Amino acid sequence: MAAGFKTVEPLEYYRRFLKENCRPDGRELGEFRTTTVNIGSISTADGSALVKLGNTTVICGVKAEFAAPPTDAPDKGYVVPNVDLPPLCSSRFRSGPPGEEAQVASQFIADVIENSQIIQKEDLCISPGKLAWVLYCDLICLDYDGNILDACTFALLAALKNVQLPEVTINGETALAEVNLKKKSYLNIRTHPVATSFAVFDDTLLIVDPTGEEEHLATGTLTIVMDEEGKLCCLHKPGGSGLTGAKLQDCMSRAVTRHKEVKKLMDEVIKSIKPK
Amino acid sequence: MEEERHTEAKIGAETGRGSSPRGPGCSLRHFACEQNLLSRPDGSASFLQGDTSVLAGVYGPAEVKVSKEIFNKATLEVILRPKIGLPGVAEKNRERLIRNTCEAVVLGTLHPRTSITVVLQVVSDAGSLLACCLNAACMALVDAGVPMRALFCGVTCALDSDGTLVLDPTSKREKEARAVLTFALDNVERKLLMSSTKGLFSDAELQQCLAAAQAASQHVFRFYRESLQRRYSKS
Repeated sequence: MAAGFKTVEPLEYYRRFLKENCRPDGRELGEFRTTTVNIGSISTADGSALVKLGNTTVICGVKAEFAAPPTDAPDKGYVVPNVDLPPLCSSRFRSGPPGEEAQVASQFIADVIENSQIIQKEDLCISPGKLAWVLYCDLICLDYDGNILDACTFALLAALKNVQLPEVTINGETALAEVNLKKKSYLNIRTHPVATSFAVFDDTLLIVDPTGEEEHLATGTLTIVMDEEGKLCCLHKPGGSGLTGAKLQDCMSRAVTRHKEVKKLMDEVIKSIKPK
Repeated sequence: MEEERHTEAKIGAETGRGSSPRGPGCSLRHFACEQNLLSRPDGSASFLQGDTSVLAGVYGPAEVKVSKEIFNKATLEVILRPKIGLPGVAEKNRERLIRNTCEAVVLGTLHPRTSITVVLQVVSDAGSLLACCLNAACMALVDAGVPMRALFCGVTCALDSDGTLVLDPTSKREKEARAVLTFALDNVERKLLMSSTKGLFSDAELQQCLAAAQAASQHVFRFYRESLQRRYSKS
């Protein structure tokens, strides 16, 4: 009977739960789903991570290649993110060129990298004006159950922490680059941006970490990306119902706690990787 | 009737708080708006903020493709064309922001199974482009007579490295700023409808910018009201 009611009136069904301050999957309004992360699973990539937020699964692979640095910034490298939402992850995506959702997510990740200065682009330069690293970060969603932006940001951060770049020297005589694969070093990750997403219901209620169904029923979404000093890298609110300043404050405090949780999880995982 | 429709409501420019050189803190650039300047779209508007200018056209409520129709409300579509080059991922992102803002205010349930299309063309970009697009879109929706629950406006704030807040920055100031925040606010309760930020900033600075944007939006909404009053009270 409950399943029938859910199909006919999904919003009313949902409101019944919200009145009791909980959600159909048993979570509280401010509770995140179980987060699991697996680092270094792809051996062919220079760095990789798999993140699961409940059912939402995103895998990130980072490949490093050579390129000539841009002419207007000869001492900088490149970080190129790309988010792919294949038909595998959800029935709403078709195969073909990237849809709007994938493009918006790619732009969001590019903005997070740019704003948070997670990597100093100068660190990626090998020889100013001639050679620099370009890091291609490919994020692929394997299962779409809402809150894709949080999962992507976390996967990107974990993968970048896992990247090892070999040492490159420029041979003075031949002016060619010589790569020493035996000597690898980790990237210098300066900040740890963590994203927290909220969904707005009926213009008043804010719930954290929406699932796919909740996102569909919500009247608005909000994503806050925070780094460890409490500075905001991104406040992404693409339209939807209005929010007052006080509600934003509540979201900020939730984002701060989430940052601590994620940082703890990341540190545990990094520590547990056995050195090769 | 024909003449009335084609009459352009050329509204004179209204300045924000102080016309010429901007003092430190809060004053908006000189802005101007022209409505009903295009003959084919159901509604059109051109919004100028300083040297930034955006032209908007609205078609709707009109026929919708069966694949895109929503059974109980109107399908909103936004197309943003940059001044040079082909539209890319950044334009798609802005289209999504503008579309979601419009969806929050447009009463789509009054026109189910129809489509409302907003087409924006960037004529010149001298800073605060997203805010100018939002203002142009709102004016064009009003000109087309699309039912809305509130009007909205866009305001941009830039934070310098020493923390000074500048409203409605020029492109030079945007490049030099530490953070640029764009907000869309509605005129009923000044709630935050949309926000898009660039750069690093703290929580306190966010609240400061939001308060400044809410104060500045008063001027924009007063300008909307005056320009519409002048247009419709023709003797």
